[in-house]
This record gives sequence, C-alpha cells and structure tokens, in this order.
Amino acid sequence: MPVTILYQNRPPFVVPADADGEDLWLSLADFQAATGWDLKPEGACLGDMCVPIAPGVVSGDGRQANLPGFARWLGQPVVHDDARAVWVFGEAASTRRAALESLRAPDFTLTDLEGRRHSISEYRGRKVFLVSWASW
Amino acid sequence: VWQALHEELSPRGFTVVAVALDSGGIATTAQWIGAAKPTYPCLIDERHIVADLYGMVNVPNAVWIDEAGVIVRPAETAGSSDAFRRHLNRTTKQMSDDGLAERERVRGAYFDALRDWVAHGPRSRFALAPDEIRRRLAGVTEAHTRAAAAFRLGQYLAHQGHLGAARPYFAEARRLHPESWSYRRQTWELEEPGKAAGPEFWAAVDALGDQPYYPPPKMEGMPTTR
Repeated sequence: MPVTILYQNRPPFVVPADADGEDLWLSLADFQAATGWDLKPEGACLGDMCVPIAPGVVSGDGRQANLPGFARWLGQPVVHDDARAVWVFGEAASTRRAALESLRAPDFTLTDLEGRRHSISEYRGRKVFLVSWASW
Repeated sequence: VWQALHEELSPRGFTVVAVALDSGGIATTAQWIGAAKPTYPCLIDERHIVADLYGMVNVPNAVWIDEAGVIVRPAETAGSSDAFRRHLNRTTKQMSDDGLAERERVRGAYFDALRDWVAHGPRSRFALAPDEIRRRLAGVTEAHTRAAAAFRLGQYLAHQGHLGAARPYFAEARRLHPESWSYRRQTWELEEPGKAAGPEFWAAVDALGDQPYYPPPKMEGMPTTR
C-alpha cells in the first residue's frame, strides 16, 4: 500500500510500505530516499555522521527497515493517520534544543509572494529582524 | 507596521524579514502584503516551520540576528501589548484613546530598542549576552516537538482537502503546546474562517486572567506587569 512520508523538513515522499500498528517497513533504498539516512552494516549514516542502529530496526533478512522504530530510537516524534496512510516524523526535542542553545540562527528557505526563494543565511552581513505575522 | 522601520534602518545594515505563519498561503496573505507595500522580504510559511525552529508562539514575535548569523535576542513579543484586552471594544473593534496611547508607548519603546541595537551592535544594552539568551529560551520539550508533528500532519491533510481528518491532529497540537497561540488560532481559522478572532479566541484570552497574552519583553521601557 502506498504511504506518504513527511520526514522532518523534506517534501512529501510516497512509497510502497507495509504499515503494521506503530511499525512501518520500507526497503533500505526507499528508507534512504525518504529520510536521507543510509542504513549500512556499520550503522545509520547521514552525510559524515553515523549512529548505531537499534536492534530490530532492520529486518532479519536485511532487506527492510522499520522507520518509526528508527525514529523513536533517535527521540523523534512519530504521528500517523492510518485512514489516509500519512506518517509524520518530526525533529527530536534534544536536537531542537541544542540548535537553539548554539545561538546560531537556524536556516530555512521559504518563498515570497512572487515565488522567489529566500534563506535566512542570505542576510549574513546585515542585522536581521525576523518577525512573524499572520492574516488570521 | 515594519515598513517605516525598515526604510529608516536599512541604510545602516539592517533588514526586516517578515514571515507569515499562515497555512492559507498566498490566498490569505497576498492582500495584506499588497496593502503593506513592503520593500523587505515577506515570506510565506504555511507549515509554521520558522515558529518551530525559533520557538515563536504568537504573532508578532521577533528574533534579532546579528551580522554573523548569531541570535542576540530570542523569540519574544515584538512591540505589541495587552492594551487590547482592556481598551478594545469587542463589538465595534475600536480602541479607546488610553489603549491607543499605551499601544504607541510600548511599540515606541520597542522600536527605540531596535534603533539602539542597530546603532551600537554588541555594545547595545538590548543585545543580550549568550548566557542570558540561553536562560530566556523557552525549553523545547517532547510535547512541543510532538505538537509540531501533529500540526504538520493536520496541516498536510487539510491542504489535501481532508479537513475532517485533520481536526484531531489540530486538537492534539493545541493540547500538547497550549502556550502556542499561533497553533491555536491557525488551527481554529482552518477549521472555520473567522474563528481565530471569534468567541473562542476571546474566551481563551479571558481565561488567561492575570497571565499575559503578549508577555512583555524583558527590556527597559516595557511594562513589567499588565
């Protein structure tokens, strides 16, 4: 059954997967495509960073991995809607806290009304007053 | 509101970057942006990712970031006050003269603080020391990150046309992060246009009692209690 995965800030990713209660099994290739994490025998790697993989995350035959199991191991929140087959994986609170406490302004990219993309890092060299508003 | 400030201070190495925490996207924000005729960037954040990244919980909230990309004031109320709670006629939407005066005084003090920072940089008394910023950062809890995940799921489902399916996740986001007025009002508004400023909103404001809706920034010239 196709499942939509919203992994952190990555765009929606639709993939065939086996959902079973709190578990969601993907092929290792789809796992990497959906999350960026490469599951290798020596650990899970994202770029240069590798972490150990919790027992049970990779299936016995080594062909599939359980994404919610992996996320929970990293302290990432998992929320899913079974009727619509949508799974959301958020950021771990510890990661978010550490990022803020570093005092480095977290980067993001958003579009303006004309569809131009802006990242906060483009404004290095200027003082930035980052302010929220809303129409509601 | 910010255009005059941007015009005044941008020649001195300053810019406003406005972010609309608005799941309505262009459809709901375009007329507001058009009316403001801003020359600073106005970005549209349908998923409220900036609120999530920076710990913003209401509008307007602001973060001050220096030339090196370092935060010098974390998310806090940006020049607004609770004057509306006592001085706004909820039927006519008119603010009394006292209310207008209080609003202008608080906004003026906040703008002066910004001017001071633009003039003096790290030597400004409004640029906080790292330890003080860390003390002021609202702690990010597991409940907050779960709320963000629930909001994203609800927002995605609503965006796909499944508003009914989104409701439980919106309720979950509000329950898990009750301090976030932006989740509260955004999700109300998605559920029913107008609800963000309707009776539920005023009931929630009244239920605050002595607690502020807009906690005043801890800075000179700001009210310490409401």
